[in-house]
Amino acid sequence: MRGEVRTGLAGVIPPLVALALAGIVSSVIVLLLGESPLRIAEVMVTGSLGSLSSIANTLEEATPLIFTGLCVAIAMRSGLFNIGGEGQLVVGAFVAAWVGYRVGGLNPVMHITLCVALAGAAGALWALIPGILKARFGAHEVINTIMLNYVAFILANFLVGLPYFKKPGQIPQTEDVLSSALLPRMTFLYEYTRLNLGFVIAIACVLIIYILLEKTEVGFEIRSVGHNPLASRASGISVVRNTLIAMAISGFLAGMAGSERVLGVHRHFISPFPFGYGFAGIAVALLGRNRPMGVLVSAVFFGALASGGAQVDIETNVPRELVTVIQAIVIIFVACEYPIRKLVFPRRRTAT
Amino acid sequence: MILNVQGITKAFPRIVANDDVSLGVRRGEIHALVGENGAGKTTLMNIIYGLIRPDRGRIMLRGSELPLSEGFLGTDYGIGMIHQHFMLIREFTVLENIILGSEPAKGPMLDRARARRRVEELVARYGIEADLDRKVRDLSVGEEQRVEILKVLYRDAEIIIMDEPTGVLTPQETCGLFETMRGLVADGKTVVFITHKLEEVIEVSDSVTVMRQGRVVGNVPARETDAARLAEMMVGRQLDALPRRTAVSFGEPVLKVTGLSLDGRAGVRPLRGISFDVRKGEVLGICGVEGNGQLELFEVLIGLRRPSGGSVYIGGDEVTHRSTASRREAGLAEIPPDRTTMGIVAEFSLRENLLLGRQTDNRFSRSGFLDAGAIDGETSRLVGEFGIMPPDPDARGYSFSGGNQQKIVVARELAREPAILVACQPTRGVDIGATRLIHKCILRQADEGKGVLLISADLSEILSLSDRIGVMYRGELVGLFEREDATEEKLGLMMAGVLN
Repeated sequence: MRGEVRTGLAGVIPPLVALALAGIVSSVIVLLLGESPLRIAEVMVTGSLGSLSSIANTLEEATPLIFTGLCVAIAMRSGLFNIGGEGQLVVGAFVAAWVGYRVGGLNPVMHITLCVALAGAAGALWALIPGILKARFGAHEVINTIMLNYVAFILANFLVGLPYFKKPGQIPQTEDVLSSALLPRMTFLYEYTRLNLGFVIAIACVLIIYILLEKTEVGFEIRSVGHNPLASRASGISVVRNTLIAMAISGFLAGMAGSERVLGVHRHFISPFPFGYGFAGIAVALLGRNRPMGVLVSAVFFGALASGGAQVDIETNVPRELVTVIQAIVIIFVACEYPIRKLVFPRRRTAT
Repeated sequence: MILNVQGITKAFPRIVANDDVSLGVRRGEIHALVGENGAGKTTLMNIIYGLIRPDRGRIMLRGSELPLSEGFLGTDYGIGMIHQHFMLIREFTVLENIILGSEPAKGPMLDRARARRRVEELVARYGIEADLDRKVRDLSVGEEQRVEILKVLYRDAEIIIMDEPTGVLTPQETCGLFETMRGLVADGKTVVFITHKLEEVIEVSDSVTVMRQGRVVGNVPARETDAARLAEMMVGRQLDALPRRTAVSFGEPVLKVTGLSLDGRAGVRPLRGISFDVRKGEVLGICGVEGNGQLELFEVLIGLRRPSGGSVYIGGDEVTHRSTASRREAGLAEIPPDRTTMGIVAEFSLRENLLLGRQTDNRFSRSGFLDAGAIDGETSRLVGEFGIMPPDPDARGYSFSGGNQQKIVVARELAREPAILVACQPTRGVDIGATRLIHKCILRQADEGKGVLLISADLSEILSLSDRIGVMYRGELVGLFEREDATEEKLGLMMAGVLN
């Protein structure tokens, strides 16, 4: 008998223990750098949660991670490891920027919807390439999604350099998107915030993905295929179809992340496009146990690390890179979840 | 007494698997441990072997107490265990599997020649047939089991524990295993084997220990008891007999197969021109030594593999090139041969496992959204009707015993009210209670005028349920009899390819 250690409180404890252990190891490193861990922790907390402006920063950093975390999580639930969020995001960002400045004469609701939808569709198409290669030929999605990241980056760099797309000048970037395509910023929180409506869209996506996975036929089939493809096939569930659906949704989410960055933050596509949200999504999904709600919580946590880290850089002698190190330590301990679970529940896990 | 187990108790979060269990095994005997699934047999053996630590109790081996602490493993004390699911590396050869973990070395190099000599000695001494250079993936189940036996002998096991060793064997292979077991005890080894096939116990063992719900309920010499009495001890009540079918009449064919062939890898042809039909109200049994194409036949029938020739008809419609989903739409239901890989989704809850394959049924789904109320209703109906234990809709698939996992599969498939049920090894590794239930379901299915194709390596099952019996040998259907014309002997010879 294996106990139900995955649900409820018992599911939350191992990640918390992992975070605590990561905190201890990080403290040692801070001590070695000659700083007080308590001081750093204080700056991290106030820098990420201490005021309205820092909370806004945290949520702004969290927004793309919610999308990319969901992107990795839904693919994972269908049994696929989508490491291509990075490339799908870039493709989405480029399309959002293009549609944002090129298509005029629309009211903001229409224009934003169009930009986000086309960015998502572009991400979905980009993700469907490895999806089809996997479903049709069994080609491993890890390799193909990684490779398509490079292709996406290089393609976007190339396109943005073409006269058709490039804004006149030295910098390879597009024109700024029209004001009708801008995601409104939440300036009521804090005047200079970059936190925008994209955050609300991200929260909506969390709910939609949760409902999709847990309450619908399609979600049931995706999870079934993810857990046991053979039993699914024997029950008449198409592995090919569900693989493709999951990859398309996954890529759509990454594409939306790209549109949020362009329409809400940068306002244009610039080459090279800021890098890392796609890969960070893997850590976010891992810490969030591939559950939509978990992704939301862990994206906010990583957002807090980023905004608190910026503050650490400003206020202390510890370099900002340390925050990247702390993130990495967190990821390592989260990846060690199984031994940690054994540590926390030593007697529960016995095979039949 | 070579092995003396005293007052072993082991509790898991939801169940006391062993409750003050005591057991004595004499040197040089074949000791059978019988009981239903979940009675605690495997837990007890895992404790003796060192895979699980007991909460209380002690184990004496040759008069001295075993240190049941962390890191204890029976292998170091001459206890060998052969698990129900074999633990072999498919890409390694027989020899490599046998020596794995105790390889003789010559400096840093593997001393293959010495390893081979030792294994060949064992092969000769116990008369266990094995081709040391074949890869395990090419072996039959019976052959894999012989590799497991050689593995424990190679590690100088004095006491050999076998968990359900006959669960996957044919009559002939079972006979061979019993010969091997007798040879082992004649050489001074001691064999403890777990089973729930009671005729075997009477046939091969010297003494029998019966367990029920974590306790030992009896210990008797095998020659002083019989299968019926053991069965009652096991289940704690009298068993009702299987209903005999009377006045059967058959209708139109519901499943028809003509000239079905399948080309496998490297010129192997798992199926060669198979033709038969299953009529309404009929149970067609197909027996055969495992590995003669039964699995492939099952896979082709349910649409997991495309045949290279021939046709499949369900209820008169050709479905040869149609998907699994569309065949199921046409009235097909299936009990797959391996419930853990093909039947249930281990991480799914009971509720989800009972829904699997019916998630698009408009009883459970409205415009794409699952209807939680209807699904819960169906779950409790099926749990009650099939006696699935524990009746917890949130319990994960992996937390159920083999018998209950199989009940989940059967409940789900029959709830679809199929026109034709294709059951492949439906009671393999399943306890008496669940087996009886599954047999009743198969007969009821036929009595309701539906068809059943029963593919099984268990001859007694085939003989007691089927109206007609076919024999598969090397991918061909080598015989097809009315039940009255089939005898165990005749079928056995055809299964072995001696008669056709």
